[in-house]
Amino acid sequence: MMQTSRMRLIVDRLGVLRGAREILSDISMDVQAGELVALVGPNGAGKSTLIKAMLGLVECGTGAVMLDGAPVTRLSARERARQMAYLPQDRAVAWSITGGDLAALGRYAWGGAAYDRLAAADREMVDSALEQAGALSLKHRLIHELSGGEQARLHLARLLASRAPVLFADEPIAALDPRHQLEAMKVLRSQADKGGSVICALHDLNLARRHADRIAVLHQGRLHAFAAPETALTERVLAEVFGVKPARGGGLALL
Amino acid sequence: MSRVMINLILGAGVGLVLILSALLGSSDLALPHAVAALLGGGDATAHIIVWEIRLPRALAAVGVGAALGASGALMQGLLRNPLAEPGVLGVSASASLGAIIALYFGLGLLGAFTVPVLAVAGALAATLMLSVLAAARISAVQLILVGVGLSSFAGALGALAMNLAPNRFALSDMVTWMLGSVTNRSLDDLMFVVPFWIVGVGLAALTAPGLRALALGEETAQTLGVHLGRTRAGVIGAAALLTGGAVAISGVIGFVGIVAPHLVRPFVRHDPTDLIWPSALLGGGLIALADLVLRLAPLDQELRLGVMVSMIGAPIFILIAARTRGMGR
Repeated sequence: MMQTSRMRLIVDRLGVLRGAREILSDISMDVQAGELVALVGPNGAGKSTLIKAMLGLVECGTGAVMLDGAPVTRLSARERARQMAYLPQDRAVAWSITGGDLAALGRYAWGGAAYDRLAAADREMVDSALEQAGALSLKHRLIHELSGGEQARLHLARLLASRAPVLFADEPIAALDPRHQLEAMKVLRSQADKGGSVICALHDLNLARRHADRIAVLHQGRLHAFAAPETALTERVLAEVFGVKPARGGGLALL
Repeated sequence: MSRVMINLILGAGVGLVLILSALLGSSDLALPHAVAALLGGGDATAHIIVWEIRLPRALAAVGVGAALGASGALMQGLLRNPLAEPGVLGVSASASLGAIIALYFGLGLLGAFTVPVLAVAGALAATLMLSVLAAARISAVQLILVGVGLSSFAGALGALAMNLAPNRFALSDMVTWMLGSVTNRSLDDLMFVVPFWIVGVGLAALTAPGLRALALGEETAQTLGVHLGRTRAGVIGAAALLTGGAVAISGVIGFVGIVAPHLVRPFVRHDPTDLIWPSALLGGGLIALADLVLRLAPLDQELRLGVMVSMIGAPIFILIAARTRGMGR
């Protein structure tokens, strides 16, 4: 199913400064259509900042991010929203809106209406996203009355409802129980299989290995490795970047 | 309840309060005469009392309450804080300071528009400052505290102007502004403010949908397609025009902007955009009702509207503040 012929997102020698400190430096990578790329790295490696830089949310000190050949910073907010959707790590919602209204925000760039007043086609997309995320039954619930995991599924539904060709998810499975973790990864994997590009920051290296086409290993703001899982996550990388080693019987152990 | 239904019910409530305000009052106008005058008949005195005294005052109260209710809803949506409100955050006090400056210096350069223009300018300065701070990601609590400080500072400057007031008439004008009242407001007073409100409503209509996306935070809202700068500027401008106009008519009337949105929020599924119209209607109805009650109260000295509204609104504000979770953001 992979459409490897198409380079969709290109990150070219990207550097990001915060004050005088270099958060990211000299990152070059690409994400193709039909590909799920996992961003892994220890806390503070720059995963979230890299995602925000690709979205054009933080300014690149050096380098550029190109989407289908055009710099992302050149796109209008709405054009960008139709191409790229973002599930942030911080899932705080200021108001206790309904699950349906939260998921309907995924269609914001196509009209901006609340769930009840969506056009029929948009509402169908929202319903199908809710179903994929296992959140259809939460449609009429107020989100501040829901558990963290239930809210996370609604946020995932909001991401999917965008139908954007490029999806960014920062720790999409953080608040989820094991079953919903696997289901969320399956849904994101299926988006890639349908020709989408998915960029996903993950802490769980096994899930990354299992679901990603390529893994980008970030370490102290630099791209340490960017390759297929078996090439990217070698024992040496595990030791150097994460300070762990494969444990007997699977899993990881301290060095 | 649907969004249309809640607006219809609240709109009908406002209409009812307006009719009651036209019919009831302290002067010796018998009810049948007042009804006749309201329907276009009756004698000249009754006509003047109903159409030139009671209704303009009631309309001013509705307009002020609606403007403040809508401002509260707009500021809450932008700052993602249920305690944001023009009175609490010092926007009203800053607008009032603008009005007091206009009175103090007897400014006539812009004619009758002087007071509204300076009130809007004061409101705009305060709202801009608050939004710059909000963009710098200070916590919700800090923002409220800054508002309290701003309110005190604008109040102190107003008190200074009163302290140095050139004459007793200027002083009494300023006191009226500080206490808040719609007594003796004419249709002319309203007409000088309505243009500001129309622009404010227009800006709000253009930018309010962005508030829905802003519920997810500024960064995520941008990725949803919100032009953050435009939305922020539009909402700030709208809140400042609405609040400044309200203060130019009535002086400071606090807490409407927090109580009205709080009461209607459950009826619009907590949607920050759908909240704006019902907040305006409820704010307008409540202030007109409060003004009617104090007009009918058998007291020698008429209570000031702003004083009475604060006596009811402040305890509700405390209640909401105590029950608000996650204020640290």
